Amino acid sequence: MKAITDDPAAPPAGGRKPIQALPSATIRFAGDSGDGMQLAGTQFTDTSAIVGNDISTLPDFPAEIRAPAGTLAGVSGFQIQFSSTDIFTPGDDVDALIAMNPAALKTNLKAVKKSGIVILNEDAFTATDLKKAGYENNPLDDSTLTGYRVIRVPINKLTSAAAKDTGLGVKDIDRCKNMFALGLTYWLFGRPLDTTIQHIKDKFAKKPIVADANTLVLKAGYHYGETAELFSEQYDVPKAKLPAGTYRKITGNEATALGMITAGHLAGKEVVYCSYPITPASDILHALSAQKHFGVITFQAEDEIAAVGAAIGVSFGGSLGVTGTSGPGMALKSEAIGLAVMTELPLVIIDVQRGGPSTGLPTKTEQADLLQSIYGRNGECPVAVIAAATPSDCFNAIIEAFTIATQYMTPVIFLSDGYLANGAEPWLIPDIKKLPKIEIKHPTEKNDAKGFMPYKRDSRRVRPWSIPGTPGLEHRIGGIEKQDVTGAVSYDPANHEHMVRTRAAKIANLTPVGPDLLWTGPEKGDVLVLGWGGTYGAIKAATLDLRKQGVQVSACHLRYLNPLPKRLGSLLKEFKHVLIPELNLGQLRTLIRNRYLVDAKGFNKVKGQPFTIHEIIDGVRAILEGRVGPYEVNVSTSSTAYDMEVAAAGE
Amino acid sequence: MSIAPSSQPLNVLKPADYGTDQDVRWCPGCGDYSILAQMKKVCAKLGMDRANTVFISGIGCSSRFPYYMNTYGFHSIHGRAPTLVTGLKLARPDLNVWMVTGDGDALSIGGNHFIHLMRRNADVKVLLFNNRIYGLTKGQYSPTSEHGKKTKSTPMGSPEQPIRPATLALAAGATFVARSMDVDVKHLEYVLERAAKHRGTALVEIYQNCNIFNDGAYEHLTDKLVKNDRVVYLESGKPMVFGKDSAKAIRLNGFVPEVVDRAACKADDLLIHDEKLTDPTLGSILSRMSYPEFPEPMGVLRAIEQPIYEDLVRRQNRDAITARGAGDIQALITGDETWTVG
Repeated sequence: MKAITDDPAAPPAGGRKPIQALPSATIRFAGDSGDGMQLAGTQFTDTSAIVGNDISTLPDFPAEIRAPAGTLAGVSGFQIQFSSTDIFTPGDDVDALIAMNPAALKTNLKAVKKSGIVILNEDAFTATDLKKAGYENNPLDDSTLTGYRVIRVPINKLTSAAAKDTGLGVKDIDRCKNMFALGLTYWLFGRPLDTTIQHIKDKFAKKPIVADANTLVLKAGYHYGETAELFSEQYDVPKAKLPAGTYRKITGNEATALGMITAGHLAGKEVVYCSYPITPASDILHALSAQKHFGVITFQAEDEIAAVGAAIGVSFGGSLGVTGTSGPGMALKSEAIGLAVMTELPLVIIDVQRGGPSTGLPTKTEQADLLQSIYGRNGECPVAVIAAATPSDCFNAIIEAFTIATQYMTPVIFLSDGYLANGAEPWLIPDIKKLPKIEIKHPTEKNDAKGFMPYKRDSRRVRPWSIPGTPGLEHRIGGIEKQDVTGAVSYDPANHEHMVRTRAAKIANLTPVGPDLLWTGPEKGDVLVLGWGGTYGAIKAATLDLRKQGVQVSACHLRYLNPLPKRLGSLLKEFKHVLIPELNLGQLRTLIRNRYLVDAKGFNKVKGQPFTIHEIIDGVRAILEGRVGPYEVNVSTSSTAYDMEVAAAGE
Repeated sequence: MSIAPSSQPLNVLKPADYGTDQDVRWCPGCGDYSILAQMKKVCAKLGMDRANTVFISGIGCSSRFPYYMNTYGFHSIHGRAPTLVTGLKLARPDLNVWMVTGDGDALSIGGNHFIHLMRRNADVKVLLFNNRIYGLTKGQYSPTSEHGKKTKSTPMGSPEQPIRPATLALAAGATFVARSMDVDVKHLEYVLERAAKHRGTALVEIYQNCNIFNDGAYEHLTDKLVKNDRVVYLESGKPMVFGKDSAKAIRLNGFVPEVVDRAACKADDLLIHDEKLTDPTLGSILSRMSYPEFPEPMGVLRAIEQPIYEDLVRRQNRDAITARGAGDIQALITGDETWTVG
């Protein structure tokens, strides 16, 4: 932690220790998946947001609901960076780790800064739990923790003592121990308890004893920090100077759901969300199902194919059909997406990407569905592809997806990922009245002297969205190739080529409704860092950091992946090097090299984890210093070895 | 009846008015022609509003059907028509929606969707053309082909047991299940009309002859010389009698049906058909009766009233509005916990 020393502006926080002000801090709660670490992290985030920090979070949990207690596989973590300045990521290195058991310590210690704080629940360091975590010696007794500021707290005992008079059973009291850790952490950073106390009250409204116990334990944790002589100082992270306005905290999945409801409002249309439960997209289905009074209809289909098929049926009927899934579901939907391309119906497909292939890493993030989204269907099958850059950008991007889908009569794939979906940031709440309406017209009159022509196009090559129930416009559509204009079944070779090229040209020429790219730095320089999707924060932060150090680097972040922004080709030529960091093996790089004949180098990471700022900085330095392989920058021996091997295999 | 008020005067349209100008591309002599003709007759008889009527199909010979109906139509992808009709009914409960499918489309590639369509009870009419063969792909066995069936893909005979569409539909909870035959035009028309008037998912299984790849698949039932002995026409509230002079009947022995000589049996012992039974067991027993042990039942096996899916879904929206008021978008996106800067 870099200290802002003696900041007189720092507000006093309740406690008796000297207060050290910090520009930002990164903490991580880690414990068993049953220990309530996600809740503790979310509460710390809410409180930090409300006291006015900029925030960014990274929940990291196992795919198993309850892996065997105490094991490495069962560790669940929640990292948050909170700051007095603009931040773009959940933080690279952890200033304070709260580890509820040996397994949590083992899997998370490497993320903690040297001299960082490690708060340990010493009650959990029993012989059994040490063994489950694979520790041969107790790390509390050997040199494992040398150099860290270790705070040992008997959290189990103190939790039971705090709640012993509530009448709650032993097991239920044990479940409150996350509140002890949270209370202690609140004290350490001088945060108020009221947001969490209110949350407990609301959550356990029908179980007052549980609410009492949790509140008592939370306060006990806080008071323990105050009273016990464990810490030499407290920390304060002052308010961030964000643009004026009213803010809330939002995750990507929340923003996606809210964006859909808003899109329906802006279009004056019912939204019908058709989905099959899949991690990490299910929360979107849950969020929409809870908002039926907005007229949103949710359909939990029997499978992924049924979900997209139903959404196509919805669109055919004239409402807003949308389906949501993750990578494996995308694979199943591909034939039906082709049907929507062929019938030129509006359709929005949400892909919250996760680690693949196959079942892969369900709860971890990855960006490896880009080529699947752009190309992954039979035939020449173009769709628009839009990717959100931040959790709150999911709100804008999904509205844009509906706008493009309805204005161009096309499927639009909206790409989010596990990192954006579950990560949170502050969001300047928009004024709904100021958002542009989505204008939709359904024809009511015949468009040709010979009758209604379902494929008679306008100047943008868009066919009319005529819907059942309209007298005189009866027509048939389907997956078989149709004659342009009339929509009659046609096997004519010339017509097929014309239709294939027409569908391609329609997408290639569409006009983005939001920014097609986000730019950082001058439009000329030594290195352009080109990214897309959830890597925006790390790339932007690294670029700003490097520019402060005098490096001539800029960043370009693509929101539209298909079609690619019109200016992109000329922008790429203004830089000596192009670096493309991606959480895949180079999918955007493949597109860029192919399209623009630019010798872009990839920085490719597929660990189920987002990029850190330091990694991107290292990548830029590598390209400047000539540490490059045939395709990728040389940032670690392993990736270079693979890169060389792939290149050699191709020769 | 699911047919919305017509924007056209009743009985003005003739069956031919429900046809399109598209060339019908089924093989000459195909049973599909008869089904198309009876469907148009029923449309005209019931005065169906073309603008409000939609035919949606999957893939296969049967699934070309929408191109030949001058209504709204959607020829979708293999096996997935149930998903489109479900979505369409959720969005547009006002439409008169018909689905056209075949034995391969509904029961092989679309088997999963078929089950869920039957159990949800959206207000959709389903015409299942069962020709017990794959026609469009030129003659492989289908899920309804009989055990031992020799086809291009089973030159030594199919080792599989056939699925019975009506039995499957009843097991899934279908509220209306009926059966007819392509050549039995009057009966087919009657059954289609009954289906049209049912509120909920109505499955009509139609025994249909593929004269190219499975010619005569139902000759054992349709041949005039033997039809009387091999088909029993169901009438709710009446005993199941068949044969020359209705001399034969069906009796239940426990859960097992048996053919009896009507004259030798007390009237009370004969099995009386009841399409309104809540319990699907009788329908299921009937659906499994087949040649040569039994006459095959034609008609309505089951027709019960149950709430329809799209109504139940939309009722939840209305209930939510009643309980919470119509949603305020600005309040929703603002949420419960905010802070103000500046």
